[in-house]
Amino acid sequence: MISVHRKVSAIKTLFALGMAGILTLSACSPATPSSTPAPTQAPASATVPSAIANACPQKGVKELTGAGATFPYPLYSKMFSEYNTLCGVRVNYQSIGSGGGIAQLQKRTVDFGASDGVMSDQQKQQAQGGPVLHIPIVAGAEAVIFNLPGVQRSQLKMTPDVLADIYLKKITKWNDAKITALNPGVNLPNMDIAVVHRSDGSGTTFIFTNYLSKVSKEWSDKVGFATSVKWPGDIGGQGNEGVANQVKQIPGAIGYVEMAYASQNNLTWAQMRNKVGKYLDPSLEGAAQAADVASLPDNMEIVITDSDNPNAYPITGFTWLLVYENQADAAKADAVARLAWWMTHDAQKYAAALEYAPLKGVAATKAENLVKGIKINGQPVLK
Amino acid sequence: MAKARADIKPSSPNTAQVVLGFLGFRHAGTANWTDNLFFGFSRLFALAIIAMTIVLLVVLFQGADESIRKFGLGFLVGTDWNPVSEEFGTLPTVIGTLVISFVGLLLAIPVSLGTAVFIALYAPVRLRTPLSYLVEMLAAIPSVIYGLWGLFVLVPVIRMVQIWLKSHFGWFFLFSGPANYGTGVLAAGVMLAIMITPIITAISRDVIRAVPRSQIEAMYALGATKWETVWNVVLPYARGGIVGAAILGLGRAIGETMAVTMVGGNAFRLVTSVFDPVHSMASQIASEFTEATYSLYVSSLIYVGLVLFGITIVVNLLGQLLIWRMSKGRVTMLE
Repeated sequence: MISVHRKVSAIKTLFALGMAGILTLSACSPATPSSTPAPTQAPASATVPSAIANACPQKGVKELTGAGATFPYPLYSKMFSEYNTLCGVRVNYQSIGSGGGIAQLQKRTVDFGASDGVMSDQQKQQAQGGPVLHIPIVAGAEAVIFNLPGVQRSQLKMTPDVLADIYLKKITKWNDAKITALNPGVNLPNMDIAVVHRSDGSGTTFIFTNYLSKVSKEWSDKVGFATSVKWPGDIGGQGNEGVANQVKQIPGAIGYVEMAYASQNNLTWAQMRNKVGKYLDPSLEGAAQAADVASLPDNMEIVITDSDNPNAYPITGFTWLLVYENQADAAKADAVARLAWWMTHDAQKYAAALEYAPLKGVAATKAENLVKGIKINGQPVLK
Repeated sequence: MAKARADIKPSSPNTAQVVLGFLGFRHAGTANWTDNLFFGFSRLFALAIIAMTIVLLVVLFQGADESIRKFGLGFLVGTDWNPVSEEFGTLPTVIGTLVISFVGLLLAIPVSLGTAVFIALYAPVRLRTPLSYLVEMLAAIPSVIYGLWGLFVLVPVIRMVQIWLKSHFGWFFLFSGPANYGTGVLAAGVMLAIMITPIITAISRDVIRAVPRSQIEAMYALGATKWETVWNVVLPYARGGIVGAAILGLGRAIGETMAVTMVGGNAFRLVTSVFDPVHSMASQIASEFTEATYSLYVSSLIYVGLVLFGITIVVNLLGQLLIWRMSKGRVTMLE
C-alpha cells in the first residue's frame, strides 16, 4: 500500500502539473489582432472608406483632448458620447471659447482645437506645430432678435445696410424712414433703438461682424471683424443668454444670437435680405444652402456670410476643427484623423436634431479632402 | 516666562533642534521652546502672506510686460479699446470702476450707519443678535446670486426709477442718459451698495459699541436727548472706525466682478450720466479674458488687472491716512 505521505505528494504533483498545463494552454490562445486592419476596410484607392470599423483609432489611442468654441459644444458633446459608445475612446472636449482653443492648439497641449473663426496670420505664426488645417464640421445661422411691442417673429424685415447703420448708431429710432420703408404694414413706434452686443469675445461675434464688414464699407473701416471688437454702442451681454436677456427686457432693443438658441427659447427674430434680394428666416436649410456654393476654397478658410447661393441665409458661418497638418505622433495622428473623418461623415446625422446644418455637396467634399490631408512623416494618415 | 533652573541641563542639540534653530526658532530644546515654536510659526505665516503679495505683483508685471512696453503710462489715459486695431487704454474702465464704487458707497453709508446705530443703541437687547445675524447673512450670499437677482429683479425696478427720474429731472446732466436700459451705473451702484452694507454695518456697530459709556452718560447728565448724544458724541468719537469700515466696503466694491458684469451694461465708454451702461476693470477682465486671442490682448488685460491692484492700494492708503487724521487717540478698529 502507498503510504499517506506518498499519496499526498502524488496529489500535489498532479495538481501542480495540472495547473501548469492549464496556464500554458491559456497562454497559447491566439492574441487579439491589434494592428491588423479589420476585414471590412476597403483597399487603399479612390473609393471612400466610410465603414464604421474605420472610425475607431487603430493604434491603441484611448483618449483624445480638444478645446475650443462654445457654439458647437452641444453637438460635439453628443458626437463624442456616441464616439465613446462606438469605439471606447474618450474624447475630452473643453468648451473654453475659440480663443482658448486656438491658444491651446498653438501650445500643443491639446490634440485638436475648435473655432468659429479663422485663425489670423499672427495666430498661425504662433502655432508651434506648423500649418493648421481648418476642417469645417457644421454650419450655423445667427438670428437678429428684437423687442418691439406688438411685432411678432418674422414680421420685421431687415436689410444688410440698415442693420449695419443700426449697429453703427447712425439709425437711432425705430420709426426711421429706412426701416419703415422696408416694413410698410408694421407699427414702428418712435422708440430709441437699444443696440445689444456680446461683451465676451466669441465666434458668434466673429461671424456677425464679418457679415457687417462685407455689407458695409463704413463698418469695415471703422470697426472690422474679430471675436471681440470696439462696438459703437450700446450694451454688452454675457453669452447668448446675456444678449437674449437684455433684448427681452429692454423695449426697443436689437441683438444677435445663435439660431439654435433663438429657436429653442422662442425669441422674436427678423427676416434678413440675402444677396439676391430674398427675405429669409434663419433656418437649418438657409444655413446649409449658404455653405453649398461652388466658390469654396480648398483650405475652407472662408466665412460664408453673405453667401452667393440664392437660398442662403446671409448670416451663417462654419465651425471648424483645427488640426495640425503635420502630426508628430503616429498613434495620435491616426486617432485624430479617424475622429475627424467620422465627424465629417457618419456623425453628421446628429447635427440636424440639434439645429446645426450638416455639410453637403462641395463643402462635404472639401472637408473630406482636408481630412485626407492630415499627414505623418510626410505621408497621409488615411490612405 | 519660566526661569531656567540650574538643575535642568539642556541636552546637546539633535537634528530637529538644529533645523528649527536655523529657521529662527530660538531656544529649541529648552523649556521655552514651545513658546518660540509658536512665535516662529506665526512669523512664518505673516512672512508668507507678504511673500505672496510680492509674488502676485511680480507675476502681474511679467504678464503685463508686453503691453507696458507698447503703451507705457499712456495706457492709463487711453480711451480706446480696439482689439482689431490693437489699441488699448483703460481710462473709461478706471472711471467706471470708481464711479460705481462711489455711488455704491454713497448709497450704502446712510443705510449702514443707520442700521449700526439702531442695532447698537436703539434696538431692544433681544433683537440685537438676530438683526446682526440677518445683516451679516447678506455678506454670505455669493456675488453670482446677487448678479442673477439683480438681472431679473433689480434691473426692471431701476428702469422704472430711471424713467421717472428722467421725466422729472431730465435737465440735470447726471440724469441725461438713456433711461430705458435699466442696466448701468445706477443699477451697478445699487447692487454694490447692497453688497457692501453688511461689512460697513458690522464694523460700525462694533465701533459704536466701543464708545466709552462715560462719554454717553456725561451727555445725558447735561440734558441731551438720545439723538443729540448720537450725533454729537457717539458718531464723532467713532468717526475713525466708521471711515475704516467705509474704506473696507469701498475695497470690496472696487473689486466686485460678477454682479457688476451682470447688471452694469458692459459698455466701454466714458460715463457722463447715471443711466449710462458701464464697464468696470474687473468686469472687463472677466468678460474678455477667456477669448483674448493674441498675446498683446492678454497682456493688456493683465495690465488692467495691475492698474486695478494699484488703485485698490492707493484707495486703501488714502483711507488709512484719513483714519489716522480723524481718529488720533479715539476709538478705531484698524490701527
